[in-house]
Amino acid sequence: MSSPFRRTAVLSAVGLLLVSCAKRTDEDVQPNQRVLRVCSDPNNLPFSNERGEGFENRIAGLVARDLGARLEYTWFAQRRGFVRNTLRAGTCDLIMGVPSNFELAATTRPYYRSTYVFVSREDRNLDVASLDDPALRRLQIGVHVIGDDYANPPPLHALGRRNIIGNVAGYSIFGDYTEPNPPARLVEAVADAEVDVAVVWGPFAGFFAKQQVTPLRLTPVLPEIDLPFLPFVFDISMGVRRGEEGFRTELEGVLDRNEAEIDKILARYGIPLKPMARGTAGAKGR
Amino acid sequence: MNLRPNKVHKTVAIAALTACCFSFISCRSAEQREAKAENNKASVAPINASVPADDGQWLMASKDYGANRFSSLDQINTGNVRNLRLAWSFSTGVLRGHEAAPLVVGDTMYFVTPYPNILYAIDVITGDKKWEYKPKPASASQGVACCDVVNRGAAYWEGKVIYNTLDSHTVAVDAKTGKEVWKSRLGDINRGETMTMAPIVVKGKVLVGNSGGEFGVRGWLTAVNANDGSIAWRAYSTGPDADVLIGPRFKPFYPQDQGKDLGVTSWPRDHWKIGGGSVWGWISYDPELDLIYYGTGNPGPWNPESRPGDNKWTAGIFARDPDTGEAIWAYQWSPHDLYDYDGVNENVLLDLPINGETRKVLVRPERNGYVYVLDRTTGEVLSADPFVYSTVSKGFDLKTGKMIDNESKAPGYGRIAREICPSAPGGKDWQPSSWSPRTRILYIPHNNLCMDMEALEANYIAGTPYVGASVKMYAGPGGHRGEFTAWDPVQRKKIWSIKEKFPAWSGALATAGDVVFYGTMDRNFKAVDARSGEVLWRYRSGSGIISQPISYKGPDGKQYIAVADGVGGWSGTIVAGGLDPRDETSALGFVGAMKDLPDYTNKGGTIYVFTLP
Repeated sequence: MSSPFRRTAVLSAVGLLLVSCAKRTDEDVQPNQRVLRVCSDPNNLPFSNERGEGFENRIAGLVARDLGARLEYTWFAQRRGFVRNTLRAGTCDLIMGVPSNFELAATTRPYYRSTYVFVSREDRNLDVASLDDPALRRLQIGVHVIGDDYANPPPLHALGRRNIIGNVAGYSIFGDYTEPNPPARLVEAVADAEVDVAVVWGPFAGFFAKQQVTPLRLTPVLPEIDLPFLPFVFDISMGVRRGEEGFRTELEGVLDRNEAEIDKILARYGIPLKPMARGTAGAKGR
Repeated sequence: MNLRPNKVHKTVAIAALTACCFSFISCRSAEQREAKAENNKASVAPINASVPADDGQWLMASKDYGANRFSSLDQINTGNVRNLRLAWSFSTGVLRGHEAAPLVVGDTMYFVTPYPNILYAIDVITGDKKWEYKPKPASASQGVACCDVVNRGAAYWEGKVIYNTLDSHTVAVDAKTGKEVWKSRLGDINRGETMTMAPIVVKGKVLVGNSGGEFGVRGWLTAVNANDGSIAWRAYSTGPDADVLIGPRFKPFYPQDQGKDLGVTSWPRDHWKIGGGSVWGWISYDPELDLIYYGTGNPGPWNPESRPGDNKWTAGIFARDPDTGEAIWAYQWSPHDLYDYDGVNENVLLDLPINGETRKVLVRPERNGYVYVLDRTTGEVLSADPFVYSTVSKGFDLKTGKMIDNESKAPGYGRIAREICPSAPGGKDWQPSSWSPRTRILYIPHNNLCMDMEALEANYIAGTPYVGASVKMYAGPGGHRGEFTAWDPVQRKKIWSIKEKFPAWSGALATAGDVVFYGTMDRNFKAVDARSGEVLWRYRSGSGIISQPISYKGPDGKQYIAVADGVGGWSGTIVAGGLDPRDETSALGFVGAMKDLPDYTNKGGTIYVFTLP
């Protein structure tokens, strides 16, 4: 994909939009037309941004078209309180991507499965594919960090458990929200040789690796599940309010009808995918 | 636009520069210092650390620099308190958790609401509103506040009311007109920094700190010049000595706190840069020793096992020179904190007889469940005793100054840790205690909560699936979730206590009438006998109380008691934030312990003022 998104894009306007609720409306407004209200982060590519440039924005457009609905967004930084202040507050009705076993919403069947990946510079020719690779004890490793209280992405847990600690650098998942797509800093850190290898959630890695001048190598993390139960592969679904299972069923119809096109969008954004058993009723709470 | 490394370096450079520029101030003569101290007496009521003289006003949230929160007014006493009645009330129009103390200056009361941080000026006798000031903080700041959008109050200094706004600004407002005098940006909400603490003003410097330990901020205390809002110095809680303002005058008592750049070396690679240690609690000041005292918050944002080391200087306390910010000593309550035990509680400055001699001490009822008595000149721990049920510790070693940890309660992946007591909000959270020099008792509002850290949970943030421990909190032994305890720090024992259904999340107020006041989350404002703990009077408020009661003398010569209701805070977000009681692990696991709170209280803030007929 020749990408229109440059990491140098300055989104100064985004700075204070963590909670703002600006709404974007499609041009051809018809009276009494159904409205699809999507809860979305205004500054987090490749997922979404307020200019509608994310793959979730594209898929939301597909869903709206399929349902004959007009698309509206409630913009809110996807942080603590996101679901509470958007979906649960009733300001919007659909979150485009959540883990299929997400507790805070009723989820559709998964529509993609991605994986955490090792990201390194091609020119380093590192061959790290497993958390148990002894090289991880000497390389400088970058990971995303979230919070205390044990809330962290799987790589940090898995490395800590292996006592790989002193050579691990943390990049805040929140970062500086005045900059575009704060979580992207972790991939940039590999290109800029701040770290030798980063362990990154697939969509960030796939999309931002393409934005770098330096060629980067992506390798899915093994094992897929670090025993006893620390997954590195996640199924992603759409999320609706609990109690709105009718809407969920309707969305699953949309997923069925648009499967090929959704896959095409994911591929265009470079999302690393793992095969899924089609028709999986992976959603929780059924 | 990868500015990350540059930015960090720049910050370091500026901090170092700041440290250099202001270090000369410490060289001025002792005479100048005394002269300045005299001047201060003119603008703030004369304050002695242990027993301040009382002019009937309330000029800072803690009332006095020593954080005693004692009112020497005695019209209201154990004999007549049952006649106390409402003089007036005032709705703040804000629905989130009200934690602030009102201030009283002359005939005016000042009150800061939670976000949007409105400042009200009210006539102390009639309850008439004089003016209101609206700082209009950025609404985005609500999204980065960890635990409700609270504010803990203002400070009065030379005609100005000074306080912090949630979006990390400090503002000074003209006390007469309500006009903004200056407004200074101290932190950045886009990096997770908010401000909720009540400042104090020492020798013309407003001391303020940041919140945001849950968002990977780097904690700091900043001195802001009271006349124009410019920054005088900033001391970080983590990082190299130059940033922490550790220099030749730094003399920590214990060997584990001595050494170069411990704020770097007690962390794995660069972790200190986002290591937490935010400064969102209480600051005290001893004018004789000319030292300020304040605590630092929990380390973050790492799993404990991913940040081996003491993680200095988080979950600890600093003594600093207020003019320069230079650190004089430091001590960690909870080195390498495992349980979110912020170390930011109040520092009660007292002169107490310890082993036959009078010592200048700092009493700290700490989040980890122990009451500490420290020598405030040196930082030596003179005693440390549990005031709540504790399973995480097996006692305290006075020789080393270290808690004896119970390793079996250390949480970790692949491990389920049950019955961790006290739970994350600690034996006691921010809610400040009060000291009566008459009874020589410290009155401590606190929690009685334990927690389990259990199975992994899939969660999602900023497009990223992650896993966390599911934290569930519940009542400790006895089944009550809160308690109000009278504690003798010399005998090192509990004198009496009152059990409360919910965490006692309000401050305490001791008075010379030997009546002690505090509020409860189930809407009782209580007056109790300071000696016996007998409840003498109570008032049913509109909402639960989590604020700080005060007492003042009106221009009419009468003693008044004032308190705000408005439930919320970390413990009360289930009501103030409308959280779903079915999601036990929300509010960092606090909701599970507070499921029935909505049956007892609604939200909404009102100030109540009581007096005798």
